[in-house]
Amino acid sequence: MNGSAIAASGLRKAYKDKTVLDGIDLNVRTGTIFALLGPNGAGKTTTVNVLTTLLTPDAGKVIVAGHDVATQTKAVRAAIGVTGQFASVDDLLTGEENLLMMADLLHLPKAEGRRIAGRLLERFELAEAAGKLAVSYSGGMRRKLDLAMTLVGDPQIIFLDEPTTGLDPRSRRTMWEIIRELVAEGTTIFLTTQYLEEADQLADRIAVLDQGRLVAEGTADELKRRIPGSHVRLRFTDRRALDAAARVLPESTGDDDELTLRVPGDGGVRSLRALIDRLDAHSIEVEELSVHTPDLDDVFLALTGHGNKEDSAR
Amino acid sequence: MNAISASLADSRTMVRRNFRHTMRNPLALFNAVIVPIFVVFLMVYVLGGAFSVGGNYVDYATPGLIIMTIGYGIGPTATAVNSDMTTGFINRLRVMHVSRAAVLNAHVFEIMLRTLVAIAIIIGVALLMGFRPSASFPQWLGAIAVIALTVLAIGWLTVAAGLAAKSPESAGIFGVPLMLLPFLSSAFVPADTMGPGAREFAEYQPFTSIIEALRGFLTGAPSTGTAITAIAWCLGLSLVGYLWARATFTKRA
Repeated sequence: MNGSAIAASGLRKAYKDKTVLDGIDLNVRTGTIFALLGPNGAGKTTTVNVLTTLLTPDAGKVIVAGHDVATQTKAVRAAIGVTGQFASVDDLLTGEENLLMMADLLHLPKAEGRRIAGRLLERFELAEAAGKLAVSYSGGMRRKLDLAMTLVGDPQIIFLDEPTTGLDPRSRRTMWEIIRELVAEGTTIFLTTQYLEEADQLADRIAVLDQGRLVAEGTADELKRRIPGSHVRLRFTDRRALDAAARVLPESTGDDDELTLRVPGDGGVRSLRALIDRLDAHSIEVEELSVHTPDLDDVFLALTGHGNKEDSAR
Repeated sequence: MNAISASLADSRTMVRRNFRHTMRNPLALFNAVIVPIFVVFLMVYVLGGAFSVGGNYVDYATPGLIIMTIGYGIGPTATAVNSDMTTGFINRLRVMHVSRAAVLNAHVFEIMLRTLVAIAIIIGVALLMGFRPSASFPQWLGAIAVIALTVLAIGWLTVAAGLAAKSPESAGIFGVPLMLLPFLSSAFVPADTMGPGAREFAEYQPFTSIIEALRGFLTGAPSTGTAITAIAWCLGLSLVGYLWARATFTKRA
């Protein structure tokens, strides 16, 4: 393997007259986290299904873990693990039985299956609930069990389709930590998300998918740099200071209710110092100063022209 | 491990899973027997006195009740198959290279197990109420074969319907026609006592042949023609269900 865990080129898929994937090229390096970011209906799950041998594309070539998905399906399946969009655990089995079932389906010896199940239950803090039916688990526990089931086979490449959708913030952070640990151990992660923050937090590289096409690809910083909009936000204690500052900084725009002033600029140390010097020279007291770089929401809006799903729903 | 032994091992694993489902969901078995038991009481103690079928009414009605019990037991399997499909459980198995046969056979096995237990309970209740079958040992084997084949046919149709349904709720509805069809058969009154239209329908629908064949075995007077028709229906419906399930599995998963 030349350092490439997943290589796809020219993927196309259409259902009747609806094009779902319209020529997707992807390259994911081994041992990295790759995030496929896009709103609902962009084609994320279809992409995952094609990459994981579940769906045959109309056109295109996919190499996963060095094997052709179309002709070496079994070898690809042996190298990957998939955690789908919904936690696909068996509700009427206990956490431990779910894991042992995976071990059996992988044809592992009984003793080894028990050892692996025990280790995963410990690792994901499910040991206490191991003997309880999965139906009684919380959403966060189900996701953890779901991922643990995927890990029984010790896959080199893990696909996570919206791994934190519907989780509370704390469970989401736990899931992020687990994902980071997996990569630290050398696993390659391909994840899809509709949360810009998630891609920003986790991914080495991000591809933005919109209506079946990749509209951008790069690191989070590269994507952010593609759009203008950095600014410094100043907050004042009273109206008098705000008005004084507005006179000194004519390029700024103010918000009288919030007592804030928005000053365009790149947020670099030099320009910040110049800004503070100007305010000091006029003895203007600033309550609070913050530097704002555009977040991925801004990026998404700029790249697709229609924002994320909440925006497009309006 | 070669392909066949791998597939057998997977089938064992999946059957063990579905067996646990049956043991942990006693409500499914309870639901499967409660309505048929109620119908036994209704037919034998309340309505049965008014029917003239020549002989002991409970002997006449029990074969129909046995077949009716099947329809009440399939709902949980249709729902379970559907949720395997809609939650991505089947996709998880496919990525693990588990065979389609292992997944589907295990569900059919579960429905057969649960339904046969339910039918054993119903036969027990009927015996308590005066059901006196006059079948010889080979005729009992014939009766059991007819029952098992009917459950197999309905089992495959249920699995297929579960795979094809949009949601677990709509999968559950699949059982309703199967619960009602026995009433429009010779289960409780002979078809030739029915009004026009209903009579023709009852005469030609599969449940009538199956129930008549079963009744023949249990009363010790089997008719070869009826038995062959019943078995043909069962095998035909099994094949339809199996092919439908296979095609839907491949298309949807």
